[in-house]
Amino acid sequence: MENSRRRFLKTAGYSILGVGAGSMLIGLSAHPTKAAGSGPSAASLFKQRPENREAERWGMIIDTRKLNESICEKMQQACHSIHNVPDIVGKFGNKKHEIKWIWPTEFRHAFPEREAEFLTEKLSHKSIIPVLCNHCDNPPCVQACPTKATFKRESDGIVMMDFHRCIGCRFCMAACPFGSRSFNFRDPRPAIKKENPDFPTRMRGVVEKCNFCAERLAVGKNPACVEASEGAMTFGDLNDPESEVRKLLAEEFAIRRKPNLGTFPSVLYIV
Amino acid sequence: MNDKNKIITGLVIFFLVALFPFWFNLIFGASDAAKGPDPVLTDKAKEAETCVADTQFMRTEHMQLLDQWRDTVVRDGQRIYVVENGNKYEASLSNTCMDCHSNKADFCDKCHNYASVTPYCWDCHTYPEETK
Amino acid sequence: MLEKALRGSKKYWTWLLILVVVIAIGFFFYVRQLYFGLGITGMSRDVSWGFYIAQFTFLVGVAASAVMLVLPYYLHDYKTFGKITVIGEFLAVASVLMCILFIVVDLGQPMRILNVILYPSPKSMLFWDMIVLNGYLFLNIIIGWNVLDAERNGVPPEKWLKPLIYISIPWAVSIHTVTAFLYCGLPGRGFWLTAILAPRFLASAFAAGPAFLILLSFIIRKVTRFDPGTTAIQTLAKIVVYATLANLFFFLCEIFVAAYSQIPSHLAHLEYLFFGLHGHGVLVPWMWTSIALVVAAIILLVIPQARRNETTLGFACVFVFIGIWIDKGLGMISGGFIPNPLHEITEYVPTVPEAIITIGVYAVGFLVLTLLYKVATGVKEDLAG
Repeated sequence: MENSRRRFLKTAGYSILGVGAGSMLIGLSAHPTKAAGSGPSAASLFKQRPENREAERWGMIIDTRKLNESICEKMQQACHSIHNVPDIVGKFGNKKHEIKWIWPTEFRHAFPEREAEFLTEKLSHKSIIPVLCNHCDNPPCVQACPTKATFKRESDGIVMMDFHRCIGCRFCMAACPFGSRSFNFRDPRPAIKKENPDFPTRMRGVVEKCNFCAERLAVGKNPACVEASEGAMTFGDLNDPESEVRKLLAEEFAIRRKPNLGTFPSVLYIV
Repeated sequence: MNDKNKIITGLVIFFLVALFPFWFNLIFGASDAAKGPDPVLTDKAKEAETCVADTQFMRTEHMQLLDQWRDTVVRDGQRIYVVENGNKYEASLSNTCMDCHSNKADFCDKCHNYASVTPYCWDCHTYPEETK
Repeated sequence: MLEKALRGSKKYWTWLLILVVVIAIGFFFYVRQLYFGLGITGMSRDVSWGFYIAQFTFLVGVAASAVMLVLPYYLHDYKTFGKITVIGEFLAVASVLMCILFIVVDLGQPMRILNVILYPSPKSMLFWDMIVLNGYLFLNIIIGWNVLDAERNGVPPEKWLKPLIYISIPWAVSIHTVTAFLYCGLPGRGFWLTAILAPRFLASAFAAGPAFLILLSFIIRKVTRFDPGTTAIQTLAKIVVYATLANLFFFLCEIFVAAYSQIPSHLAHLEYLFFGLHGHGVLVPWMWTSIALVVAAIILLVIPQARRNETTLGFACVFVFIGIWIDKGLGMISGGFIPNPLHEITEYVPTVPEAIITIGVYAVGFLVLTLLYKVATGVKEDLAG
């Protein structure tokens, strides 16, 4: 009796171990987009849109000299309305649960590691530095994510979020040295003034951030903030010496946020 | 093995309870089982005649197909779905599926309610009635 | 052996009932959190980890401290601990269980938790934390239970347990090391970005855990007929002194580096915790209390007479436990988030629902601990006759 029970428990234990390890191996080897079963999908294929814009590494240059508070507000407005970013502060009056993809801040907050004692009048008092996800070339958030819900797109270097997969552990928020990520502490939908039907909203319990307008690049457009920036922002391929961004960088001195951390941000600032 | 009888009685009771739906239907007329719902097709859907795959496949596998769409669009950035006959579709639940099947209540919900599943697609994605 | 947990005095059942009621209340609030979202907690965009993760960090330490009994007994054949290793192992089981529960209640989308296994990401420290925590849980259940069973039957433990016991020793170190790596590998969080975080975590763990074991031994001696033994308790007390001193030393090293180098991104967090920053400082009185408790405990523990007196020893252990709980369960996590990466200050205070859910998780731990200890002490009582 005692023996058979022990043997049963042992076998059961090994089986569970085996199933666990097996599923893990399958998970490790399987490509995330492996074809779902047989049927018509096997013969079907996915393609990029013909108007899709390609680059090796998308980047952005923000010329803060051309910015003022009203342009910054317009940029934020454009981004947040297109991406269904909820106005948590306006709706619930709760700054702690705020969600923002791009927002203007003061120089001393955007560049806290830089000496801010002797700044120009404009830089020391006005919130005119737009900050957003830097789409780092070496993103700490991506390596922190335990489910690959946040990942760097191999094709063009954009750091993306897969809202379907995010488990809401907020490890990426701790890992991001730029405070670029927001968490949905509650259902965001009631706080969206006018839903854009072309872009999904989010649900409670997931992290979100700027996606460099991947959905607009796919239809051949520029990011929304760049369009609204009245020429203060330039967008292009940082790896292409002929691109607009590289031409600008050849002439102007640009800085990045927290370069000492080795994350290699793809957003650069001319101040 | 002194408790043989107790164990066997226990097992019998367990199986009776666990298999309740099966023997209940066998004895008291399986013919009365609730009929499966018929999803309603909109005029636009009828006109199109074919979906991105044949009806049988769509009925049984649409969730896997949607999973595949979302992974490919979100993770690989490939947004166009080309089917065997060369037709191209934008891989988008809100903009492609719901364009034809704009009657969520009569198309999606009917079956989902019958099967007692609550997919969380609509927590984030929009459907036509809502945006009007 | 499980039947031992089914027979007990009226007091035993009342205690279990109280725990179940507390768990039920906690669960009720957890369901509310599930529906509303983590917005019912005090966490924010800036302080994105709070009380839950802090308790997790603290309890990983308590769990790891079982090794302070296992190592002397199995590697050095220190027989005095033979009687009570199972007490340490069962404490580890209950603590790891609470750790796992704290991770789960902290998730925004807990129903997707299997994604961690479906899409394994070896570069993420959380992936490794899942492995080491679950592994440690199973190791301690298997070892503790089987050794106790052998003891009851009057036979030596089975041979296959030996390798598991040896593995469990470095494994205990690994759980707290990986937990420290969760924090100290993050760029841009100056407070945690220090190589001494893992050693410091271990030192505080080996102080708080054995201190708690001493207190548990006192309780066991009072409510059961099993006596863990005065010598064992005194040896544990010595472990507590050394570990508390090591912890204080590591902490002072930390203070020196930040204060002498005066690099703002490192100093700002300590300034916030101990003096307040730009007028914000809810944790200041707590942090000083923590220091005072630890120092008082060290004074009590290094004086041989005070250490040998079980009343003062009890006080010292309470001081160590609470002092380290404040350090790890309150200051360590929110301190790392304040100020935020943009050098703005958002303070963090846990809300009432958050505290109730936390107490609920602790109640689950104490329920499991009570049941396991009932079994263990029941067996020991039988053996004593």
